[in-house]
Amino acid sequence: MAYSDKVVDHYENPRNVGSLDKSSEAVGTGVVGAPECGDVMKLQIQVDQATGKITDAKFKTFGCGSAIASSSLATEWVKGKTVDEALQIKNTDIVNELSLPPVKIHCSVLAEDAIRSAIADYKKKNQPAEATTA
Amino acid sequence: MSIKFPIYLDHNATTPVDERVLEAMLPYFTEKFGNAASRNHAFGWEAEKGVDLAREQMADLIGADPKEIIWTSGSTESNNLAIKGAATMYARKGKHIITAEHEHKATLDPCKRLEKEGYEVTYLDPPLDGVITADMVKEAIREDTVLVSLMWANNEIGTINEIPEIGKICKEKGIVFHTDATQMVGKLPIDVEEAGVDLLSASGHKFYGPKGVGCLYVRRRRPRIRLTAIIDGGGHERGMRSGTLNVTGIVGMGAAAALCKAEMSDDAIRLGNLRNKLEQTITDQLDGVAINGRLDKRIPHTSNISFAWVEGESLMMAIKEIAVSSGSACTSASLEPSYVLKSLGVGDDLAHSSLRFGLGRKTTEEEIDYTAQKVVEGVKKLRELSPLYEMHLEGIDLSTVEWADH
Ligand SMILES: Cc1ncc(COP(=O)(O)O)c(C=O)c1O
Ligand code: FES
Repeated sequence: MAYSDKVVDHYENPRNVGSLDKSSEAVGTGVVGAPECGDVMKLQIQVDQATGKITDAKFKTFGCGSAIASSSLATEWVKGKTVDEALQIKNTDIVNELSLPPVKIHCSVLAEDAIRSAIADYKKKNQPAEATTA
Repeated sequence: MSIKFPIYLDHNATTPVDERVLEAMLPYFTEKFGNAASRNHAFGWEAEKGVDLAREQMADLIGADPKEIIWTSGSTESNNLAIKGAATMYARKGKHIITAEHEHKATLDPCKRLEKEGYEVTYLDPPLDGVITADMVKEAIREDTVLVSLMWANNEIGTINEIPEIGKICKEKGIVFHTDATQMVGKLPIDVEEAGVDLLSASGHKFYGPKGVGCLYVRRRRPRIRLTAIIDGGGHERGMRSGTLNVTGIVGMGAAAALCKAEMSDDAIRLGNLRNKLEQTITDQLDGVAINGRLDKRIPHTSNISFAWVEGESLMMAIKEIAVSSGSACTSASLEPSYVLKSLGVGDDLAHSSLRFGLGRKTTEEEIDYTAQKVVEGVKKLRELSPLYEMHLEGIDLSTVEWADH
């Protein structure tokens, strides 16, 4: 299968590879996929708790080139956004940006899931006390 | 010597036509273009002469009589003819067939079709080392077993089954024995008499002949094997395979067989050494590497290696100037992890991350050194990216992690 130039670029120069301290209150961690399925994606966000802005993001991915590129792109896109803005990122945006073929669409779905899962983790850690009673 | 890119290391998929083979074929396209079945003029005789020589060359390579070679379009057809043809011919004796889970689709799918027609098939479950033994076959044989079909060498991992021992058992029990020798022919010496094989499939393009031509060896004596044809027509090839012969292809396959006969022992030693060097270099520099299949029972030019914590398709991308094959990529896409590795009981993590290297007549030591280095670099790079490797370094046992469904 031929890969688009953008997939190759992200694959060869992945952005934001690494890990953040997952025990920190300001960090949200999402791990999606499973080794049996041939893909595991870990995406982490660092949030400025005062403004709700994502100041840093890191990923690690076990998966095909398109999965690596999708998660690399996802970390680029979430940075600078607020948590709620980041939730607006759709897998179809990733498909379009990377020109993914139909068999690779689920790689982008996985990246969207990873963003959502990281944000959900952050929100769980930072649940305002009144939110539960409201 | 400089390396020419891309490097071809997928010789189990197909091989280039040897220049000497092409030389032998060329006249049969233009001057000697006759139909080998034209009995009453020189054009036909000339074509027939070419086919007869090829029949001798092919028979000579496998220890058969030339009359026992039936030309086909390749191993897929040979397997179909052998399996369906024998099962139909001997159906009165019984309807049970034995094969194995890690056979090629060209064996499994004919067996599946026969199952729909009322036959029963036992699929032997291979052990982790991939080798089907005579004992496994012995245990599976029943009163109504009429056919055993087991490949000589496996196309994905290169392991060699216990063919002569299995042949002996089949002979004792009067069961027809077919072997798909596609990956074995021309690589290591074989002898259908010594191995007690009744039917044997071979394909030209796997040993430096052209694509679209193959043969089925059909035993004529002790015992005489009969087959029900699957292609009816002019009654060519002793009625077992009608259709005007592919003279150019057959001449090429014969020439390729003769070259293998002369050169395969040297090739086997040279390629075996290169293959070992490849494996040694990689295992010296990386942990978490598993070589699939029993090491001392493999065809010499094939290596199948799993790399823990990295995924095969991304690894192929890392070595994109090297043509290899990978049975990987996740199940959610159209690509499945290798069913061959899964049938051996290789864990999902390792089945997703395997590469098959197939060396060939023109493979050089420089190419192997380069490949080994690229693979090592690629695996290291991908492990830096791999959350599984990170977990491994943290001492987490991946098999105990509960993964979310998706
Ligand atoms: C073991 C085995 N059997 C059968 C085949 C099919 O051969 P052919 O391409 O000649 O139909 C192959 C080749 O892919 C093979 O490796
Ligand atoms: S992660 Fe499954 S094919 Fe990309």
